[in-house]
This record gives sequence, C-alpha cells and structure tokens, in this order.
Amino acid sequence: MIMEDTFAKTEIHKPENIVYKKTDLMVDRPLSYCPGCGHGTAHRMLMEVIEEMNIQDKTIGVSPVGCSVLAYDFLNIDMLGAAHGRAPALATAIKRMWPNHFVFTYQGDGDLAAIGTAETIHACNRGENITIIFINNGIYGMTGGQMAPTTLPGMRSSTSPYGRDVATMGHPLKITELVAHLPGVYYVTRQAVHTPNHVRKTKKALRKAFELQKENKGLSFIEIVSNCNSGWKMTPVQSNKWMEDNMFPFYQLGDIKVDGKLVEKKEIAGKE
Amino acid sequence: MGELKLMKGNEAVAEAAIRAGCDGYFGYPITPQSEVMEYLMAEKPFERTGMVVLQAESEVAAINMLYGGAGTGKMVMTSSSSPGISLMQEGISYMAGAELPALIVNIVRGGPGLGTIQPSQADYFQAVKGGGHGDYKLLVLAPASVQEMCDHVKLGFDKAYQYRTPVMILSDGAIGQMMEKVVLFDQIPRRTDEEVIAQCPWASNGRPQTRNHNIITSLDLDPAGQERVNLKLQAKYKLMEQHEVLYEEIQCEDAEYLFVAFGLSARICQKAIDLARAKGIKVGLFRPITLFPFPVTEVSNVGNRVKGILVVEMNAGQMIEDVKLSVGCKVKIEHFGRFGGIIPSPDEVVRALEQKIIGG
Repeated sequence: MIMEDTFAKTEIHKPENIVYKKTDLMVDRPLSYCPGCGHGTAHRMLMEVIEEMNIQDKTIGVSPVGCSVLAYDFLNIDMLGAAHGRAPALATAIKRMWPNHFVFTYQGDGDLAAIGTAETIHACNRGENITIIFINNGIYGMTGGQMAPTTLPGMRSSTSPYGRDVATMGHPLKITELVAHLPGVYYVTRQAVHTPNHVRKTKKALRKAFELQKENKGLSFIEIVSNCNSGWKMTPVQSNKWMEDNMFPFYQLGDIKVDGKLVEKKEIAGKE
Repeated sequence: MGELKLMKGNEAVAEAAIRAGCDGYFGYPITPQSEVMEYLMAEKPFERTGMVVLQAESEVAAINMLYGGAGTGKMVMTSSSSPGISLMQEGISYMAGAELPALIVNIVRGGPGLGTIQPSQADYFQAVKGGGHGDYKLLVLAPASVQEMCDHVKLGFDKAYQYRTPVMILSDGAIGQMMEKVVLFDQIPRRTDEEVIAQCPWASNGRPQTRNHNIITSLDLDPAGQERVNLKLQAKYKLMEQHEVLYEEIQCEDAEYLFVAFGLSARICQKAIDLARAKGIKVGLFRPITLFPFPVTEVSNVGNRVKGILVVEMNAGQMIEDVKLSVGCKVKIEHFGRFGGIIPSPDEVVRALEQKIIGG
C-alpha cells in the first residue's frame, strides 16, 4: 500500500501535470475559518489579484478584529492587525507614509459598520487612496453569533433571539450605499463568493480596485456579502440558499459607484 | 550651538518634531495643546522635510494612525491633553503590546471628566502605571521648561526606537502655553524609505522575496505565547530601569529638608527653595525627569540624608507613592498639592514645608 501511494504521488506531482495551484501568497497552513465560510475564498481571490499584479513586495494589509483577526497568518504579505474597527485609521497613515505602496483593509461588518463607523466614514470622506474590503455576513461570527449592524430585520442571532426588532434594535445599516455618496470614494461595488460566477466577478472587482489605487483615483470599497453557516445555525448549502433568498434582496449585488459616479438604479435601496 | 528662539512649549514640541526628522504627526484639537498641530500646519513641514501632518477625526483615530505609521517603521507622533489621552489608551496599549515606537505628548489639564483647561499633574498614575489594559509601561519624560519640551522630543524618539516602545512626554498646560528661550537643535534629515527598511527589519512595509512576511499584532491566543510576550516586555522595562533613569538635584548638598517634584511643580519648588533659604531653612529639590523609570535609588540616597520630604504635585498625591516606595519609612514624607487647575504659589509651598514637615 505504502509503495503504491508513493508511486502515485510522485507520478502526479510533476510540474507538467499541474494545471491549477493555490497561490504562493496564501501561507501553506489550514485556515481557521469554519468549513463552508466565504472568508477563505475572499482571501484567495485577494491574494491572486496581488500575485497577478506582481505587487506583493509593495502591498501592506490591515486585518480587523473578528473572524478574520488572524488573516495575517494566511496572507503571505506584510500585515498589521488593527484594534477593533480602527483598520481604516491605520491604513490612512500607512498610505500617507508609503504613498507608492498598495494598502488595503479587510474588515467584517461589526468591525467596519459598528465600532469602526467613524474611522470608515472619515477615511472614505478624506478619499484615502486605499482599498477597503468589507465582508458582510450580518452577524458577529467570532464572538458566537450576536446581532451585527447589518443583521436583517427579523433575523435571529444570540442577542436577538426572537429576531431583530427594528423598533428597539434599530435598522440594518447599509454603510456601503452611505459611503458611496462621499466625494472621496471612487469605486463601490457589492459582490459575493458563493458560486464560481460570483467568485470571478469578485476577483474582477478586486483587480479593478487595486488598478485604481495604482492610478491614485481615491478610495475603493468592495463589499462581499457572505454566509455564516455556523452563526446562522445552518449547513453551508442551506446558508448559501438563505443568503440568496434573504441577504441579496436587501443587499443588492452589483456596482454602486463607478468612476466616481453613482450607478443609476431604480431600486438602489433594495427590498425593505 | 543651535538657533535661539522665544517659543511656547507647545510650539517647541512641534518645531522639535520637524527637526528630529519625524515622518508623521496625527492629532485632534484639544485645549491646552492645540498649538502643536496649528504650528505644524502653518510651518508646512511637508514642504520643509516631507513630514505628513494630518488632522484626524478623533483621538481614537489619531492613535490608531500612529499605530499604522509606526508599524511600518516610520517615525510618528501625536499630542493631546488628558481627556484625549484617555481616549487613546486602547491604542497605546496595543502599541505597547505590538512593541511599536512612537511619541505621545500629553499636555495635562485638570480632571476628572471634562474637568478644566487649566494645568494639572493629575495624570501621573495614568502615564506612569500603564494607563490602558494589560501589563505594560511607557517610558515617561517630564519636562520642566520649554527647552526640555524641545529636547525631550528628540530624546523620546531615540528611546522609542531603541526599545521599540511608545514614549510619553508628560507635561502640563502651563509649560505648553508659557514662552521661554529655547535653543533648537539642528535639522536631522528624515530617514529615506530604504533607511527605514534597513533600520526596522521587524516592520510591515512590503515583503521582499528575501524574507518572510512581517506581522504587527498584539494578539497571541496561546497563553504560553502571551506570557512570553509579557516576559519580554518586563525584561525591556527592567533594562530601562537600569539604563534610562534621569533626574536633577538642586541644592541638595547641604539640604536638611527636601522637595520632590516633577515638571511645573519643580519650577515652583525652585523659587520656594530661595524663599525658604532666605528664612534659614536648608531645603533642596529632587526632580525626577524620567517618571518611568523612576529614580528609585537616587531619590532614596538623597531622601535618607534629610529630616523630612515634601512631595509637591498638582494633584491629590500620586508620585508620593513612588517616593515612599523608594525612600522607605525612616524619613517623614508628606504631600502638598493643589488641583483642579490651580498652580500652587512658592509661598504656600514653603508654608506647607513649615507646617507639614518642620513643625509637624
């Protein structure tokens, strides 16, 4: 048996047989994310873009507090771990200190749209020439599934066990639409990573954002609506279906601002 | 010799930052230190040296900008006053944990809460004992003149990089606002990006093929790993205690009594010494210049030669705890303080010495 295995591996592990491989910009270690989570795919698309642009030696990333707090362990580029919500403040200074480098933040919804709202809005409003990548899964995943600023009306979480009551708990915050209205923000889009088609679109959006950063166009803001099967108490497949049925109507996918201009949409606010 | 100028303490801090080769200042307006950023904006250091000056949306953002800039190896600073420094404590704790060099200038005003905009020394504990969460210390410098406001900026940056630690200048509204002669040191060129990369191999400023990626963080989920971080920090603080103590002794040689005071209080005590000696009271002054590391041995040596010690502070009694721990219990040690923004007069300091120490 051992002989056969060895034979099989050496046969397969030949350069000419490799048709697809993980980018070297992903550190070769197991991800800390739950099976089924979209973070891993988002990480990989981001790193593929940086590899394809060949800018890994000039890219500095800022990771948040939340599920992706350990993103710096997986992304094989120089990184800084920010305090909760403060990633855009770090990125502001990093870009000002290293104007020819590529700087991005990678943040979840609690980090970006609750505790870090001020830093998000003001970095956007200053038009910092950075890329903000915003993973929105409508829940605090790491701390165990509490209500987030983006939790949908009626949606259950451990701190809204009977569903989010907007009368007492407030409405979900569409921060992406909000920042799109700020003049310093150049490119805003909302994507997903749960199907190959969406993954391709997300990667394209990331590429565009980094190209725009190269051209000093201003801030790019990419929201990725993602699932949280653990926090939502579903299987990965169920969670993706639930996301399509419930998250996408509220957080509509597609470009929101392109070339510094808001995209005309009949129903930009989505289904309330 | 450098350029001689008449300057406010706050302006001297700002000018010294430019001359020290600082790469970035991030701040938020608060009285009584707003002149720091005002001076910087008016001076256009981005034209003089390429230094970045940015007004942040809050003290929280400012300290995290400091974290970001410092994490890439750049020489960064902020300034604020007590309520603003309270807001920065989270970020300062993260910077201590991530071992980031930076300079934080605290022009203290009276508290608690919004308090007053007048000078105070009420934030001694916050500055010297950690301030934010977790076991950490800052190297704390206490200038007593506009000249030291200038010199401590350069010294602070040097020590911040030597120990990879945030350094705090603990001053107050009076020293920030008062004008004195100051000899400015000559311009030190800002380091080039290549020099920053070479001098800070730990910094996250873009990974070349030749090394692994750098990570700036204060997080270690493994308790054994976090304990190693704590031990490393403690070893660093021990080194500072051995090598970085600064203090000044004034008329201590023949002193029978001793004032211990830092910053503005020490200036007042100098005048009080003249008044007391005119009355025949032989009193001297011991002035800690570094508040952490505290001059434990030095104050003990002087303190144990005298009959009594009056610790003079513009607070309800904070540094006196360190003086008592240092000197021990053989010598009488009392505190005299005014607070809420009141500056004690030399007369009342002498009266307090007579009542609490000599007559008491």
